[in-house]
Amino acid sequence: MRASDLLHPRPEGLYCPPGDFFIDPVRPVERALITHGHSDHARAGHRSVMATRETLAIMALRYGEGFAGTTQEAKLGERVTLNGVEVSFHPAGHVLGSAQIRVEHQATRIVASGDYKRQPDATCAPFEVVPCDVFITEATFGLPVFRHPPDHHEIDLLLKSVAQFPERSHLVGAYALGKAQRVMKLLRQAGYDKPIHIHGALAKISDYYQATGIDLGTLSPATVESGGRADFAGAVVIGPPSAFSDRWARRFPDPVSCFASGWMRIRQRAKQRGVELPLIISDHSDWDELTATIHDTGASEVWVTHGREEALVRWCELEGIAARPLHLVGYEDEGD
Amino acid sequence: MNRFAELLDRLVLTPSRNGKLTLLTDYFRTVEDPDRGLALAAITGNLDIAAVKPAMLRTLVAERMDPVLFGYSYDYVGDLAETVSLVWPAAKDAQGATVPTLAEVVRQLQAASRSDGPKVLARLLDEADVSARFAIIKLVTGGLRIGVSARLAKQALADFGKVDVAEIEELWHGLTAPYADLFAWLEGRAAKPQRSAQALFRPVMLANAVGDSDLDKLDPADYAAEWKWDGIRVQAVREGGVHRLYSRTGDDVSGAFPDLAEAMDFSGAIDGELLVGTPSATGSFSDLQQRLNRKTVSPKMLRDYPAFMRCYDLLQTEDEDLRGLPFAERRQRLEAFVERLDPARFDLSPLVGFGNWQELEAVRAAPPHPIIEGVMLKRWDSAYLAGRPKGPWFKWKRDPHTVDAVLMYAQRGHGKRSSFYSDYTFGVWSGPEGAEELVPVGKAYFGFTDEELRQIDKYVRDNTIERFGPVRSVRADRNNGLVLEVAFEGLNRSTRHKSGVAMRFPRISRLRWDKPSAEADRIETLRALLDK
Repeated sequence: MRASDLLHPRPEGLYCPPGDFFIDPVRPVERALITHGHSDHARAGHRSVMATRETLAIMALRYGEGFAGTTQEAKLGERVTLNGVEVSFHPAGHVLGSAQIRVEHQATRIVASGDYKRQPDATCAPFEVVPCDVFITEATFGLPVFRHPPDHHEIDLLLKSVAQFPERSHLVGAYALGKAQRVMKLLRQAGYDKPIHIHGALAKISDYYQATGIDLGTLSPATVESGGRADFAGAVVIGPPSAFSDRWARRFPDPVSCFASGWMRIRQRAKQRGVELPLIISDHSDWDELTATIHDTGASEVWVTHGREEALVRWCELEGIAARPLHLVGYEDEGD
Repeated sequence: MNRFAELLDRLVLTPSRNGKLTLLTDYFRTVEDPDRGLALAAITGNLDIAAVKPAMLRTLVAERMDPVLFGYSYDYVGDLAETVSLVWPAAKDAQGATVPTLAEVVRQLQAASRSDGPKVLARLLDEADVSARFAIIKLVTGGLRIGVSARLAKQALADFGKVDVAEIEELWHGLTAPYADLFAWLEGRAAKPQRSAQALFRPVMLANAVGDSDLDKLDPADYAAEWKWDGIRVQAVREGGVHRLYSRTGDDVSGAFPDLAEAMDFSGAIDGELLVGTPSATGSFSDLQQRLNRKTVSPKMLRDYPAFMRCYDLLQTEDEDLRGLPFAERRQRLEAFVERLDPARFDLSPLVGFGNWQELEAVRAAPPHPIIEGVMLKRWDSAYLAGRPKGPWFKWKRDPHTVDAVLMYAQRGHGKRSSFYSDYTFGVWSGPEGAEELVPVGKAYFGFTDEELRQIDKYVRDNTIERFGPVRSVRADRNNGLVLEVAFEGLNRSTRHKSGVAMRFPRISRLRWDKPSAEADRIETLRALLDK
C-alpha cells in the first residue's frame, strides 16, 4: 500500500482512510487519536478520543469531563487494531503523556511523532525510537540556527541572576502545560528549595503533575495577600508568557523578565519581547535532534510538518532521503 | 571566555543602567586578571585585532555548510555574526576540550598574521560553544553594540572600587589594557596609578539647574553670567608634544575634529564648547550635527562645517594647575591666553552683564543666537571642582518650546515598566481643512508621574485599535484622542521623518484630558519654529 493512502492531510487533520480515524484533528471528528495535551493538538468535541491516560486527564482538566463522547486509554507500546489498521503509542518526550503514534497496515509503517524532543526531561517519559518506513516529523525548530543548550545550564543562569539581583523578582514565562513544570523540576534538581510562586493558570496542571508522582516542591500562588511587593523580592515566579505584559505583573518589584523557550536562541526575538533573561529551554527538538532522529528511525521517507519545513526537506535531500512538506493547518508555530 | 560571553549576552538585553552596573561590577569582582582587563578594553573600544577581518567569516562558513541551509538561516536571523555563531558545526573532538580564556583568545587573534588569520579564527570557533563563538566574532568585527558606553564602564569601575568616577576619568588615558594596575588599586592592593602620560583629561565641572526659589537666596553681585552654548562641551589639552581633545566624559574626540585639534598651538588645558562655523559666524545645531558621529571627516566637511572652540575656562598653563584659583582670576588668565591663539579656531565666551535677576531673565528669554540655550551663572570666587557641586555654578535654561500633540502609538516599556505602555509616539495635524490627518512628530517616554503613567496606560488599553508586537495603535482622529502637551528643546530638519522635523529632548509636560483632539496643534506651527 502506498504510504499516502494510509495517511494523508485533510482539512480536519491527518486522516487514515482504511482505519477511518484522524490524528490530532483541529476540527471535531468521529474518531481522533491524540498525541499530547497541548491545545492545538488536543481539541474538545470529538465523538471518540484515544490517547494516553495522562493526555486524557489533561484534556479533562482543560475542557471538562465531557470533552469527548467516549475515550479510550492507549497504553504505551500496546498494539490496537482499528478497522484492520494496527496502531500503537510510544513516548515522545515532549510533555507528560505525549506519544508518537505508529500506524501500520499491509507492511507499510508510518510514525506520526507529534511534537517531540530528545533532551532528557524528568517530567515525562523519554522519546523512544520507532523504526519505520515513513517518519512524520515536526519542524518547529527546523533550522540549523536552533541548537538548544543543556537545560541545566539555562537554569544555572537563572539562579545566578536571582543571586545577583536579590532585590528584584524573576518572572519566568513558560507555557502552562509541560514547560512550566519542567522549569519547576529543573529548579528543584538544581537545589532551589524555596517556594516557587505560580500564576493561577498553572495551578491545575501542576497539581496533576504532582499527583502523578512528579515532585515539584512547594508551589504557592503569586497573589498579593498581605505583605505586597516586598514579599516577592528575590522570588522566582512562573506564569504563562502572556501574563507578563498584563497588569498582573505589576505586583512584583522591578521584575527581571525571563522566558523559557527555544525561540530565545535568537537575540532579536528576546529583544522584541522585552525579555531580559532568555532561557533557551524547549520541549521541541532542535536541529541536531531532528536530523539525528530522522537517521535513527531508518525511515526512507520523511514528511515534515508544522514549522520550517523547507530547511529540513533540503537537509533530507542532501542526505538522500525522500522528503516533502506535509501541509497541515491549525498548528501554532509559536507554541514553545 | 565563557564568562565574557555570558556578560555580553546579559548586557545586550538588560535595559536598566543599574542592572548593567551590577552585571559589570560582579564581573570585575569574580573574574581575574588579565581577562577582566581585556573585557574592559573590548567594551571601551580599546582592543585592536588587526589580522582577522569580518569578511573571512562568510568564506569560512561557506566551506563548512550547505549554502542553501546557510541562506535560510541567515534570512531568519538577520545578523551575520549571530547566524555564524549558531550554525557553526561543533568540532567532533571538541567534547570535553577546555574552553580557552579570553586572554588566550585575544593572544591568538592578535598574534595571527594575515595569512593564518582565517585558520586561527576557525580553530577558536571550533573550540567554543554558541555564546563564546558570538563573543569571539564580536571581538573580531569590533564594535560590541551591547549598549554599554565607555562612560558606563568607568562608572562600574568606580562602583567596584568605591572611588569617584572622576578619578577614573582622570587616569583613564594614561592606562593600557589589561589594566592590572588599575584593578590592583581599585581592590586596595596597590597605590593609585601615577599620571604618567601627558595631556590627560581633567574631570569636568558641571552646573545645577536653577530651581524655583534658588535665585531669591543668591546675590547677583556674587555671580558672573555667560551664554550657555548648545554645542559639545570639550576640553583641549596640550602638554609637551601631545595634544588631545576630550569630550566631557573624557573620551578622546581628536580624531573626529582634526581641524580643531591641529590648531591647538599652546601649552595648557582649556574648557570650552565646540561649535561649527567660525567665531564671527556661529553655525546652527543642524550644522553641528553634520560633524557628529563620524568616523572619518572628508575635506569637504572640514571646509563647509569647520569646528572651533568657544573658551569658558582655563585649567592649566605650562606647569601651573589653575583649578584652585577663583573663577574671576582664571577668567582673566583665560582672556590673555585666548588672545594668543588662532582666532579662526578659538574665541572667548563673552560675559553677559546684568544688574539684577530680572534683567538677566530678560536677556535669557531673548538670546542673540539660536544656538544659545540659556545662561550660566558662575560664582566669581568658585574653584574648578570635578563633578556637579551644589552652589558655585548654575545653568538657567531658556524655557522649552511646547506643542499640543495627539497620542498615536504606545509601546510597552522595559524593566519596571514592562507591564505599562510607557513610550508614546504623538502627532500633530496636517493636510487641508476637512481632510486633516495626524503626522507623527516625535516620541517621548518620560515627563509624567507614576499616577499619570497609570492613567495613560489605561487609556491606551481602552482605546487600542490595532496591535503590532509590543506596540499598540491608539484611537486618534478629529473626535477622539488624548492630547499631550509635549515640551522640547529645539527642532531639527529631518529627512528621515515624514513630518520633516525631529524634536530634541521631547518629554510629556502635561496631559490635556480637557482638550479636544481636533484642537491640537498643526504641523505648520512646528515648521514656523524651524524657519527661525
